[in-house]
Amino acid sequence: TLQAKMSRPVQARRLEGMDKNIWVEFVQLAATYSKVNLGQGFPDFPAPDFLTEALRRALGGGNHMLHQYTRAFGHPPLVKVLAQFFEKLLGRDLDPMTNVMVTVGAYQALFCCFQALVDEGDEVIIIEPFFDCYEPMVKMAGGTPVFVPLRPNPPKDGKLMSSADWQLDPAELASKFSERTKAIVLNSPNNPLGKVFSRGELGLIAELCVKHDVLCISDEVYEWLVYDGKQHIRIASLQGMWDRTVIIGSAGKTFSATGWKVGWAVGPDRLLQHLRTVHQNSVYHCATIAQEAVAQGFQRELMLYGKPESYFVQLPKELQQKRDWLVQSLDSVGMKPIIPEGTYFLVADISQFKSDVPDVPSSDEPYDSRFAKWMVKNKGLAAIPLSAFYSEAHKNNYTNFIRFCFAKEEATLKAASDILQKWKQEKTS
Amino acid sequence: MFLASRNFCCCGIKLRTDLLSRSIKHSTSATMPFRHKNARRIEGLDSNMWAEFTKVAADPSIVNLGQGFPDIPPPSYVKEELAKVAAVDRLNQYTRGSGHPSLVKALSQVYEKVCGRKIDPLTDILVTVGAYGSLFSTIQALIEEGDEVIIIEPFYNCYEPMVKMAGAKPVFIPLRCKNDGNSASSAEWVLDPAELANKFNSKTKAIILNTPHNPIGKVFTLEELQVIADLCIKHDTLCISDEVYEWLVYKGHKHIKIATLPGMWERTVTIGSAGKTYSVTGWKLGWSIGPEYLIKHLQVVHQNTLYTCPTPLQEALAQAFWMDYKRMDDPDCYFYSLSRELESKRDRMAQLLKEAGLEPIIPDGGYFMIVDVSTLNVDLSDVDEKQPYDYKFVKWMIASKKLSAIPVSAFCGLETKKQFEKYIRFCFIKKDSTLDAAEVILKNWNKQ
Repeated sequence: TLQAKMSRPVQARRLEGMDKNIWVEFVQLAATYSKVNLGQGFPDFPAPDFLTEALRRALGGGNHMLHQYTRAFGHPPLVKVLAQFFEKLLGRDLDPMTNVMVTVGAYQALFCCFQALVDEGDEVIIIEPFFDCYEPMVKMAGGTPVFVPLRPNPPKDGKLMSSADWQLDPAELASKFSERTKAIVLNSPNNPLGKVFSRGELGLIAELCVKHDVLCISDEVYEWLVYDGKQHIRIASLQGMWDRTVIIGSAGKTFSATGWKVGWAVGPDRLLQHLRTVHQNSVYHCATIAQEAVAQGFQRELMLYGKPESYFVQLPKELQQKRDWLVQSLDSVGMKPIIPEGTYFLVADISQFKSDVPDVPSSDEPYDSRFAKWMVKNKGLAAIPLSAFYSEAHKNNYTNFIRFCFAKEEATLKAASDILQKWKQEKTS
Repeated sequence: MFLASRNFCCCGIKLRTDLLSRSIKHSTSATMPFRHKNARRIEGLDSNMWAEFTKVAADPSIVNLGQGFPDIPPPSYVKEELAKVAAVDRLNQYTRGSGHPSLVKALSQVYEKVCGRKIDPLTDILVTVGAYGSLFSTIQALIEEGDEVIIIEPFYNCYEPMVKMAGAKPVFIPLRCKNDGNSASSAEWVLDPAELANKFNSKTKAIILNTPHNPIGKVFTLEELQVIADLCIKHDTLCISDEVYEWLVYKGHKHIKIATLPGMWERTVTIGSAGKTYSVTGWKLGWSIGPEYLIKHLQVVHQNTLYTCPTPLQEALAQAFWMDYKRMDDPDCYFYSLSRELESKRDRMAQLLKEAGLEPIIPDGGYFMIVDVSTLNVDLSDVDEKQPYDYKFVKWMIASKKLSAIPVSAFCGLETKKQFEKYIRFCFIKKDSTLDAAEVILKNWNKQ
């Protein structure tokens, strides 16, 4: 039916080029075709009991004012316990009222950073591959994204690559900093590769930030998901970095409850005050009761910090096993996984399976995207093409990789393994 | 930083390195010239009068009739639905970005009934973080530098900074009292049609309408909406219609959706709020409803700002909506029962204020009431702050009477503040004991 419209063009220019969104398409495909969904990043196992219990307690506690507005910049019990936690982790005093702000997921914290600190003409360095929202958010703020790639340096002994083998070239990184550079976005542990930046690598970035007086937006949502005894290092704790860094975190990733949409920004008041201005003029308040329950979750973790019963100890232990299972499943059929040091994602090289999906040189869709679509439709296994995490200009740089999420029940991972085994058998016969 | 790049003829590299290391040391100290200013879009938008007044009113000995939130409990079935949802695993993970499927379906059913037209749950609705989030998404999606946006004064105070943050120019027009200052009802506050027409020009991108109106409580009549609609159509302008108090309309009045007027559906985004509908302001869920070709741009903004709203709250809200949808023809439906409950609170509030010698303006809708306090002749001229009279009055009232309200000039553009500085706003969606406590204060007002 013909819909009546206004005769003048309606949308604001800030939305230019932003309407495409890979998730809409791939989530739809997974919903329609997948038997095993290792695509979008969320756990299919339940959130921990202590968290859902905390919500039930808050609901049953008779304080019906938990259904009304709380403090706009963060529910007091939550900002207090976050300040306590991060004081420990950063080794510095934090004021819950000025150094912490609660947001609707880490996503909204990122949005506040770009809107607060990026102006037209500012450049923002983004390390590829990147969580795909960084680019449109920089553009919506009028900024210019400047990309620098992690480059794979495969081990000479033919062993499986690790996410640690993907590295920045120091000279190349330095060349990206200019007079117009306002900020660099760091994501460690990194989605999609699972890379956990080393102290040396962070030091390199820190030195450049200090030298060029650049801000660091540090997306650390997977901070607790680090494997093989590795350590997550917070760039804000490096020399000269606290004053210029905003650290972003997520209850969704920390507590396996992505649907709660509680996140936070931690940093110096001088930067956070500007995030507060954006926040108060965009969403203002975040949901009270979710914040109340997350606060209780953190209070439990504060008491159990470092102990074996701590969720922050148990979750990475469990996920490491799942990682190893998936690595094994993929390797045994000839898909080459890049072993992630952190996060709940892993990227695998599907070169040996390319014969199933012929190349179409005239197509402007990246190969891995076509492969992933074919795979979900024909094998019922959902994954995300690595090109989704690259800028337009670089989408065809790495055409043979897809990303799997392994934050899944054993049964799901077993079912994925069965699909892969069957697929391999079909190829060899 | 520039020190590092200067060339010194004799000492060359070593001096450059020394300067570089000194500049690095410098940057770790807080006194370093810091070029990390805020982005221009938020320049001057940092002030927040709510922060000031909510902090002061947080003292439990103060009877808080200021900030607009209920201290009455939400209906029990709403709380129960959330408790049920907490037990369902998959409801703790991400849902659909533009709105949880069961919620957008429920909203489409409710509003199809109200509007008398088909509403597609997937394309005509966006769920946001409160109506606040809907206002932001709408303005970011459709308003930009070079645009003008008409705002009716007094206005819910976020409209102005949101329009400015989008780079556009707010154009104000005040509601004026018909009877030249002596008004007993919100209906007497009206727009001058000629004055309104003059505000429209080729740059006017949108007008923001708020009905029922905060703070006055005015419920725009069909005739008044028609005047606005005619101008929107004539000038091909958008209408952003903030209808968060849509169910709170009192006897003798009817809430009319401007989007249902001829020629208006295609140019209107209508905003609603779970917080105001179900007395759960802390759930922060709202929605925008309109034609696909407008809503799709709001959806793009939303997917680049926070992507999804919390799942469990959306599911619980959907269940509550289904329950009330089924009884929309029944007077026990919460949409109507809340309004009846509030009408008696409104009448009580008005009575209390009259007994204190005040002349309240009786609202036809919403849960706020404004009152002219100049008749009390409280002399605050010795309070030497440059603040408007109503700010000073509210602060004085909090300190000396232990009763809080909100100054109405906070809801005005710079040029209109003087017109409204004798009014303060009371919120009456409060439990009986709160109103009892207010009664004691108001009865004893003149005794101190």
